[in-house]
Amino acid sequence: MTENTNNSRPITFHVTRYNPESDRKPYIKSYTVPVRAGMTVLDGLHYIKENLDPTLAWRFSCRMGVCGSCGMLLNGHPTLACNTQILHIADTDLTVGPLPNFEIIRDLVPDLMTMFEKHRSINPHIVRTDEKELNTPEGEFYQTPEQLEKFLQFTYCIKCGCCMGACPTLATDVHYLGPMPLAAAERYDNDSRDDGWRDRHQLTGSAHGAFRCHYAGECSRVCPKGVDPARAIQHLKRQLVLDYLHLARKKKPCAMLHGPGEGKLLANIPAAPAKTV
Amino acid sequence: MAEMKRHDNRLGLWGWLGGGRWGVERHAYILHRLTGLAILLYFLMHIVVTSLRASGKYMWIEGHVLHQPVFRFGEYLVFAAFAYHAFNGIRLVLVELGLAVGKPIEPIYPYKTSLNVQRPLLISMMVLAGIFLLLGSFEFLGVGK
Repeated sequence: MTENTNNSRPITFHVTRYNPESDRKPYIKSYTVPVRAGMTVLDGLHYIKENLDPTLAWRFSCRMGVCGSCGMLLNGHPTLACNTQILHIADTDLTVGPLPNFEIIRDLVPDLMTMFEKHRSINPHIVRTDEKELNTPEGEFYQTPEQLEKFLQFTYCIKCGCCMGACPTLATDVHYLGPMPLAAAERYDNDSRDDGWRDRHQLTGSAHGAFRCHYAGECSRVCPKGVDPARAIQHLKRQLVLDYLHLARKKKPCAMLHGPGEGKLLANIPAAPAKTV
Repeated sequence: MAEMKRHDNRLGLWGWLGGGRWGVERHAYILHRLTGLAILLYFLMHIVVTSLRASGKYMWIEGHVLHQPVFRFGEYLVFAAFAYHAFNGIRLVLVELGLAVGKPIEPIYPYKTSLNVQRPLLISMMVLAGIFLLLGSFEFLGVGK
């Protein structure tokens, strides 16, 4: 790679290092990186690995804020390294650490399994009782745009873990479900096709569920996709309260193909292209 | 496979106590917890002091140690904690019932979140708490008596 160091500015990266085989606890190691306008923190870490220290470890994949792999603590703020330009957050120094509230596997690599296990526990998928239709689908479920808007915002989550790293409740309660799984629960509870909200409420309404949240709001502030988990959790709490008071609106999952078209294609929809595979 | 050694990076108490670069709601959250704990501590002390009456000790009579300025100031701090905790609590009740956070929206950058929606409520409640505190200050200072 040809490096253009013109118009670059030296920024000192203070990076958390931890090797489980040789280190008792994490420590900070500093590297000076020539930074040009437009360089992201992920670019800076690549520079360190290629030129200064090949042993540095971190997670990344897409480099464009889609995969959610490179969540880390930049200047004390959980965010995506690929989405953050160095010169936007640093003048001379930049601290780079692993996401808090997770165990560190090595250097900047957090163990996200606890988050994924909690996510799995809330059944993050559409649950229905008509097994036959689920296994051998014969049609579509009708859903209005208004029904979609009730949960669409929460579907943009990329599971980066930034919200979990920022959550002050999770810092003291390791069993708390956390913003990401609770937002996912709210997303599926509000899906008009879903019938699994009763089971989810057992978990989200438990002692380590939604009511542990007291709206510090950091999850929504740090979310790189604008998912707003804090909003999802507050709406979830309202549903839990209404459910507890038996005031929740009786909700049945939408039936297959009721509404406009009644299963027939509308006249103005072009035919699907021929299969190529 | 042998269990891999990990380092627990959970922040613990510092995670909710530490202000750092957080936003105003995070500071409100910290202060709400601290004032709650302070009021609880006062409540426990209050029970102890009033229970002394059972053994014939009336600690609230004029000239007693509890009437020293430092205790008066301490009482004022408890009142300030109460004013904040009560008004912020009203905000939290409204927010946590999903009444002041707005409906889900399409996330378009720069993102607007529920924090923006409830911010006017937060400011209103803090103004009301400030007015309440000011009125209480006159009482503590004995203005108009």
